[in-house]
Order: sequence, then C-alpha cells, then structure tokens
Amino acid sequence: MKRTKVSTGILAIALVTLTATSCKDAKKEHDNGDGHHSDMEGGEGHDEAGMDSNGMMDSGQKTSKSDMLVANYLDLKNALVADDENAAAKAGGIMVSDFNNFDTASFGSDEQQELKDIIEDAKEHAEHISESPIGHQREHFDVLSKDMIDLIAITGTEEKLYQDFCPMYNDNKGAQWLSATKEIKNPYYGAKMMSCGSVQKEIN
Amino acid sequence: MLVLLVGFVGIQFFPTSRNQSETLPKIDFMVVNNVPKQVEITITTSCYDCHSNNTEYPWYNKVQPVAWFLEDHVKQGKEELNFNEWADYSSRRKNSKLKSIISQIEDDEMPLFSYTIVHGDAKLSEGQKKEIISYMTQLKKDL
Repeated sequence: MKRTKVSTGILAIALVTLTATSCKDAKKEHDNGDGHHSDMEGGEGHDEAGMDSNGMMDSGQKTSKSDMLVANYLDLKNALVADDENAAAKAGGIMVSDFNNFDTASFGSDEQQELKDIIEDAKEHAEHISESPIGHQREHFDVLSKDMIDLIAITGTEEKLYQDFCPMYNDNKGAQWLSATKEIKNPYYGAKMMSCGSVQKEIN
Repeated sequence: MLVLLVGFVGIQFFPTSRNQSETLPKIDFMVVNNVPKQVEITITTSCYDCHSNNTEYPWYNKVQPVAWFLEDHVKQGKEELNFNEWADYSSRRKNSKLKSIISQIEDDEMPLFSYTIVHGDAKLSEGQKKEIISYMTQLKKDL
C-alpha cells in the first residue's frame, strides 16, 4: 500500500521536475522568518512599538499572528500544487511550530476556546503532513484547510486570499483550500488536474 | 555470541510500563455512543489494544525487547486516538478522527499488519470493515 503511494509520489515529483512547472504566487508576501517567531513568544501583545508594517493597533496585532501561519500554509499549498512531497512535509513541520507558538491571549474567551479547538486539530494534521506520503498529505491538507478557513474567520488576516473549491476530491464530496492568487492551481491533484476548481469566496 | 546472550538476558531486567486499566471511563467511545453490539466487539478486539488505556498483553510481552516495541506502539497509538477519551475530544477533533478511522480502515492501513499477523482475531473481514465504516460515517454525519 505504502510502496505504491511512495512510488506514485516519486513519479509525480519526477514529472514535475521534467515539466518544470513552478508556482510563483504567494512567494512575494513571504517575509516571515524566525524573527517573527521570537516576537510572538516574547509576548508581542504588550509591545505596541514592536508592531511592524501592519500598523493597525489592536486588529493589526491579532492578524499579524495569523499572517505567518497563512504564509506557511501557502507554502504548503504550493508544495502540493507542485506535487512536491518533501517540500510539503517541510512546510507541515513549520506549521506545527507555528501552531505551538500561537498565542490566543488577545482574544475573548469564546474565541479562545474555538481557537484552541482549531489549533489542536490543525496541529495534528500538520504533524501528519510532515511525515506522510503525498496522498496522505493531501487528505490531511483537506481538513487543515477547513481549520485555516475557520481560524481566519476569527483572527482575520492582512492577506488578500481566495477560498477555492475542488468538487472532485474526496470521492466527489469536494474540498476547499486557500490561495493568494485568483488563478486556480489545484493542490489536491497537482499536475494531474491543475486547473480543476473554482473560487468560492474572496477574503479581504 | 556470548555478548549477545548476556545482553539478551540483561535486558530482561529492564521494566516497562504496562497499559492496563480495570474500568471503562464515562467518556469512552462505547459508553457515550450507541454502538451496535457487533461493531463494539469488533472495535474492542481490533483497536483497543493500542487505542485505549487497556491492552490485553500477549505472553511474549514478558520478553524483551518485544515489550519495548509494544510499549512504543501503544504509546503512539494512544496519542493518535484514544477511544477511552472520546467524549473529551472537541467536535472538530472527533470529525478529524472519524475521517481518519474511515480512511485507514478503507485502505487496510489499520489494524497494522504487524499486529494482525500475531492477532488473527483482530484482522477485519470485508463485512466487518463495511460495518465499521458505515457506523463511523453515520456518526460523522451526526456530529
């Protein structure tokens, strides 16, 4: 079972390398780095001066927490679009630490509970993505995307995002994902069905 | 050879923690859900050794390094899913767990091959798989 998945994964990667398709979107807004990490751990909430270009006082504080997550989620999404299992695993691992460091203190208690549930669930999916073959990564990415959509509904985000929907994945039950570009690039099928799907909603 | 033998005897003295509990907690999957008897028996037999706080240990668990190997499996299994703690999971997490249960059983990834090879009774027949999957699918819909 596993072997077939691995070999399809390898095949897919080989194919992508050959055709050299790469996804340019979402790269430009990735200014996140480890600097952000320590910012968050250091209780950013108390340090208005530490706020960066987001500017916007209170709401800016909240959204900046999700922005790094969104950026790393987009990395993961792009890796899956490119059928790149290794890059997806790496991005999944980074998201695990993002979720671990996510500070919910500035939210109301109901929101905190909801965020706690989302993060607990999402972290497990990110963990699985960091250590699974690409077929499994995509199964977990499906639920992780749902978690991210719900998380952003609470935290807001500075990014302009598109909520996309692929009706075929999951035995035609369909699956959502988030993208920073309007053009459809399908993370569930990659090169096999790159343009399958449509924009459901624009965020921001 | 002698070194191996001494080593093998030596490791028999290392203790392992045992995963055993007498009672079924109030938050257990079987307690909080209305599980059909047949499905309950199948899940208890095929899943509970690694996905609950009570493992029915085989005799060879008394032999090292087997006991270590099993201890590690049980620990990982419980981290992933512990039926004994079901009611404590958020609906979101329940949904994720049900999805994984269904997909793992469909793909014959669970129960693990290394487990069913020694636990013949844990191996799921096609009929049992169908029963579990249809029950879990319904449960997921009702969340």
